[in-house]
Amino acid sequence: MSKKIGDVILDLQNISLRFGGVKALTDISFNVRQHEIRAIIGPNGAGKSSMLNVINGVYHPQEGKIFWHGQERKRMEPHMAAQQNIARTFQNIALFKGMSVLDNIMTGRITKMKANFIEHALWFGRAKNEELEHRKKVEEVIDFLEIQHIRKTPVGRLPYGLQKRVELGRALAAEPSMLLLDEPMAGMNVEEKQDMCRFILDVNDQFGTTIVLIEHDMGVVMDISDRVVVLDYGKKIGDGVPEEVKNNEDVIKAYLGAGH
Amino acid sequence: MPTQANFAAVDGLHTFPRLLFHHAQIRPNAPAMREKYLGIWQTWTWLDVAERVRALACGLASLGFKRGDNLAIIGDNRPHLYMMMTAAQCLGGVPVPLYQDAVANEMLFVLQDAGIRFVVVEDQEQVDKMLEIQDQVPTLEHIVYDDPRGMRHYTQSFLHDIHELMEMGRIHDRNHSDFLNAEVEQGHFDDTSVMLYTSGTTGKPKGVCQTHAAFIAAAQGGVQVDKLGADGDILSYLPMAWVGDHLFSYAQALVAGFTINCPESGETVMSDLREIGPTCYFAPPRVFESLLTSVMIRMEDAGKLKQKMFHHFMAVAKRCGSDILDGKSVGLGDRLQYWLGNLLVYGPLRNVLGMSRIRVAYTAGAAIGPELFRFYRSMGINLKQFYGQTETCAYVCLQPDGAIKFDSVGQPAPGVEIKIADNGEVLVKGPMLLKEYYKRPDATAETINADGWFMTGDAGFLDEDGHLKIIDRAKDVGKLSNGAMFAPNYIENKLKFFQHIKEVVCFGHERDMVCAFVNIDVGAVGNWAERRGIAYSGYADLAGKPEVLELIRECVEQINADLVNDTMVADSQIHRFLVLHKELDPDDDELTRTRKVRRNFVAEKYKVLIDALYSGKSNQFIETEVKFEDGRRGKVSADLKIIDAKTFPIVKKAA
Repeated sequence: MSKKIGDVILDLQNISLRFGGVKALTDISFNVRQHEIRAIIGPNGAGKSSMLNVINGVYHPQEGKIFWHGQERKRMEPHMAAQQNIARTFQNIALFKGMSVLDNIMTGRITKMKANFIEHALWFGRAKNEELEHRKKVEEVIDFLEIQHIRKTPVGRLPYGLQKRVELGRALAAEPSMLLLDEPMAGMNVEEKQDMCRFILDVNDQFGTTIVLIEHDMGVVMDISDRVVVLDYGKKIGDGVPEEVKNNEDVIKAYLGAGH
Repeated sequence: MPTQANFAAVDGLHTFPRLLFHHAQIRPNAPAMREKYLGIWQTWTWLDVAERVRALACGLASLGFKRGDNLAIIGDNRPHLYMMMTAAQCLGGVPVPLYQDAVANEMLFVLQDAGIRFVVVEDQEQVDKMLEIQDQVPTLEHIVYDDPRGMRHYTQSFLHDIHELMEMGRIHDRNHSDFLNAEVEQGHFDDTSVMLYTSGTTGKPKGVCQTHAAFIAAAQGGVQVDKLGADGDILSYLPMAWVGDHLFSYAQALVAGFTINCPESGETVMSDLREIGPTCYFAPPRVFESLLTSVMIRMEDAGKLKQKMFHHFMAVAKRCGSDILDGKSVGLGDRLQYWLGNLLVYGPLRNVLGMSRIRVAYTAGAAIGPELFRFYRSMGINLKQFYGQTETCAYVCLQPDGAIKFDSVGQPAPGVEIKIADNGEVLVKGPMLLKEYYKRPDATAETINADGWFMTGDAGFLDEDGHLKIIDRAKDVGKLSNGAMFAPNYIENKLKFFQHIKEVVCFGHERDMVCAFVNIDVGAVGNWAERRGIAYSGYADLAGKPEVLELIRECVEQINADLVNDTMVADSQIHRFLVLHKELDPDDDELTRTRKVRRNFVAEKYKVLIDALYSGKSNQFIETEVKFEDGRRGKVSADLKIIDAKTFPIVKKAA
């Protein structure tokens, strides 16, 4: 592959996260480089989603430091993550079911809109031009994900695989530099998985978007990621390129049980 | 030669490039092409198209494209690909459109046969196919692509973005401003304008060379009969390699000057259809069928009042709709009712289907059920069938307004002569005949006889009003032992229009009567049985139920009653039939992959059943081996009842 993996853009150092007495993450360090596809894997309850929520600013770790483009990040809220060009999708689809695909993806542009509430409500002044401009971007995303035929369909009426794709579309509409995907392929059939893989690779290739993803399907993870970090009971037990991780004793134990 | 088009009428506009530049002059700002891109319909005027075609032609020339070269075109219907056709023609080259969904290896033969040096493709997918077989096409030099998406990492120097090609052409055009006009001047109406490969169900595909004159003549005839004007719109969504698309979206559009509209993607055709509201629409019968089904299903969910209104006015339409469309006299009461129905039902329904502006809708390619045909016509949609082959520019018969018969393909189109050979084969002569098969003088000589008649391979006859009825492929037509013609497909198609019947195989060649195997449609018959409370355990059981046999017998007898009225086929009434215990299946080699019956194979495999039909037995035991989808084999057996159907005495009409 001809893509160039760049410098470290996100560096997590000794992150620990507790909910009361429950330790979700313990002393975890890893980094993400520009343009790479970085997978986080681990058994159920390993702390993968918590990790994503830490990156996204939903949870605030009690210990540890986070560096974003070399600068230490202070306490941050999710909308600030959006402003820093980090977009995400959710494990359980979080779309507006009654709204059309187009409108759902349009919501991904909200942080980029400058006109105020009144202008938007009355569709005058800046709002008009702005909407046309955003619509153009949204149409590019629709074209990219090949969902033209469902543009005006309410999301609630779509099959699961397509809803997932729409959610990816909404994240892409924000033109993120980093994309967090929480189990993008969960519950999909083989064909839908193939499509989703292709889109993830295309996004990474075409827009150079850095991707951090959580996934359970080992085949998928090993095929598309550049590096993999493995969590188990909130601890990091492996980190490296897919080949290394596959042969890591601890990882095999965590996944297959101690007997093997 | 007097066989080619009448050029006095078009004023020296006897090639497609000349037609294009003519339109660019007389209607520069009228829309020529539209394409939905990023959710918005983009428009190219005739002037835009002419400018781009000019640039593309010059670009091709600067890459070394010469008079007589063939240009392969592979992709969905895209404005740039249509423009590329004209661009190649400007230089005296021949566009060769290929079916875009074929895999690389299937394209290989055509690319080799046509000695392709230049290919223009739609996108990365097609580029990849070309790269895959590049080694096997030694003549291939340049590949031009329309959509740059995903092409960033392709660095081969023989790959060209179509926009770069246009830029190259514009520079060439500036430096040699006389070049292109001189090239277009050299174009002659007798030059090959396009090469369309026949699908090749029998043997290798053959390249059908059609001249400018042939396609222009065919287009003029169609435009004239159906009164298509420059203000028309057509949705171009059928494969560019298919002769029908070339006739409607290319030849007719350039002759009449109407607008072609390219849908956003294959999946959006239906919604694009609604947005464009074309004036002329083509679809195979199954599309019309699925549209009707979706309307009926949605009506089931409508409120009581709406349902009542719908059914009432559909009954009115059935009674008088077709006559009103045909301009026949209809009573005042019915006219008033129809007018009201148009306001409340037909109009809104046409609008939902995207057919509000339709002047003419065509269907061809397969037999269309009479009910279906009448439904659309009674709603005020001028649906017509036409008949033609790749070799005749899809232009042999048209159904003129006011004289539509659903079981005929219409009268000979303007300029076309039809003759029925002694063996029943339809022979055709006219300006739209092919020039030749590419590099196949043997095949050309085989299909065009010494007197210049093209042999269609279809058997048919002309009825008393001069309408052509196609009954079968000539090679399938046999004779009963009393010498009467036996056309199995004709009878089978009639039976297949019953929703309960899925497949039929008729026998009768060199026998004294016609007998048939019937396959039930398990969905429709299953549903029918459930509503009647008839319990059944599986396909074989259902197919053997006495009630089902009775149902099929009624269908067969209805057809017999129908056949007796047609002197040509009155002897082909079905005397005895049986309902097969298993579905004919491509996995068991009984059908081809395109679901056509392999007549001889079936006759061989079920020989005992045929013998039973003709020996007068009332039942026959049969055991057959079947292949399951996972590759396992099994046996099914059944004791099949043989049913005698009522036949009707033939009344000889006075000659």
